[in-house]
Amino acid sequence: MSGPIIFEPAAADVPHLGEVIVEALGIEKYFGDLHVLRGIDLRVRRRQAVMLIGRSGSGKTTLLRCLNFLEEPTIGSVEIDGFRVEADPLRAGSPERRERIRQIRLRAGMLFQEFNLFPHMNVLANLTEAPVRVLGIGIDQAVATAERYLEQVGVLDKRDEFPARLSGGQKQRVAIARALCMEPKVLMFDEPTSALDPELVGEVLTVMEELAHAGTTMIVVTHEMHFAREAADTVVFMDEGRIIEAGPPEQVLANPQDDRTAVFLRRFLSAFPDRAGHPHGVD
Amino acid sequence: MATATAGNTGRGVDTGAGQRPAILERIAASDRRHRTSFRVQFALVWIVLIGLLGVAMVATNNVQTDWIAEWGPYILGGTRETIFICVVSIVLATVLAIVGAIARLSRNPVINGVAALYVSLVRGTPLLVQIFFIYFALPQFGIVLPALAAGILALGFNYGAYMTEIFRAGIQAVPRGQREAAEALGMPERLVMRRIVLPQAFRIVIPAIGNDFVAMIKDSALVSTISVTELLWRASKAGTQDFRTLQALIIAATIYWLLTIVFSFFQERLERRMAEGDR
Repeated sequence: MSGPIIFEPAAADVPHLGEVIVEALGIEKYFGDLHVLRGIDLRVRRRQAVMLIGRSGSGKTTLLRCLNFLEEPTIGSVEIDGFRVEADPLRAGSPERRERIRQIRLRAGMLFQEFNLFPHMNVLANLTEAPVRVLGIGIDQAVATAERYLEQVGVLDKRDEFPARLSGGQKQRVAIARALCMEPKVLMFDEPTSALDPELVGEVLTVMEELAHAGTTMIVVTHEMHFAREAADTVVFMDEGRIIEAGPPEQVLANPQDDRTAVFLRRFLSAFPDRAGHPHGVD
Repeated sequence: MATATAGNTGRGVDTGAGQRPAILERIAASDRRHRTSFRVQFALVWIVLIGLLGVAMVATNNVQTDWIAEWGPYILGGTRETIFICVVSIVLATVLAIVGAIARLSRNPVINGVAALYVSLVRGTPLLVQIFFIYFALPQFGIVLPALAAGILALGFNYGAYMTEIFRAGIQAVPRGQREAAEALGMPERLVMRRIVLPQAFRIVIPAIGNDFVAMIKDSALVSTISVTELLWRASKAGTQDFRTLQALIIAATIYWLLTIVFSFFQERLERRMAEGDR
């Protein structure tokens, strides 16, 4: 096992970044005998946009899901905004630990490949459900916040529709607004455009790019290289459960230091030229 | 393609923008004719067969209008009790099923074990035995219930066990991503179940509940054995008084049948509305 690479950009490189929001230390994950994550250390600072890239099966998604304990890490610990939780593979979890996981989740908004809007609630109810019932925010204020974010992602006119009536791109933008309504410290995207028809990818990436440029802290698992180049402060390349290389996009994407990164980029870009050349795979 | 078809028929109709080619009209008309013809024949089959049945009953002296005029309203009155029993029982069964299903999915072995035993015991013994047990055996433990309450309790417990498995499957059929999305929003476990999983599971099992309700209309006849004055009990009473048992049973059977037709109709409509609702 190679020594863990703790990835933390030097303050001098990226002066606009703030304090550490996410800190994952020594994360390992086994699915049965399968060693999916082999010791990941990652720090993400306020206003940093981190893109996780790598082949399918390299552990990107599992890492993301370990950060908010949708997946229980086998070894390691995660701290988000001051709440630290150690891996507990034997599930001896106390109520107190469960509460800390919940506190982490309140601070880390998650976006899924399949959107996962609640189909039995209209758009507005999707956005106000958690703020009202979890944070105890008054319904009027929750609605006002929801409408503000719906407008920001450009789907305010769909506020009374049910998710089934929305296109995939609209669904994902509503999902982003839903996450924003909880005022999270970090947004985590798990391949947010992978389930979309090609012509709908752009509208979601545009919203995400705006968020990144506005200083939203985010961690994005993505295959959209052009987007990564435009929106990332930091690109992290993973392979076989390890972080192989990390740095500013112009370095990792254009001038990779590690052979594995170079091979991945070459293969990937020859297979999906669209995702490299044209903005958002549209045009 | 459209212009080509028109050209081939030799009519030379120019199907320009906005004008449907004539063949589409003819296909639609032909479809309509076939559908209407199917419906008419279907209805005829029912009318003829039911008519034959009626004729046979009149011929065998099993339908006498004066007897029906005298006892019909009395038997019909049992419909009230039958529906009341079924509605209360299905509500009880639904509550039991929700609790039972959550218990069957629990990681707590005690809770899970109790629920599993309930389902196994109830599904493994005859409903008739359960009705007798609640009515005749509970008093030995000092619990004396009126017949109506005992009947409702028995039906509710019985259907609750079957519906526990239905609800369990319904809860498991809600996509995992729904639960994950709710958890990722920081919703505590109970809230996730109550606000996100159960409402969606409910939608999935509504057709099955409707089915069970129709089945219960018929099973409720069993509570006549503990003298609940519902449909079948009234029919047997009226029948034995005048040695008209068969005729009384025919009336009761007809009423049961009509009830199930009516409720199946509503159930289908409900199902259709849920289907177009929001999926």
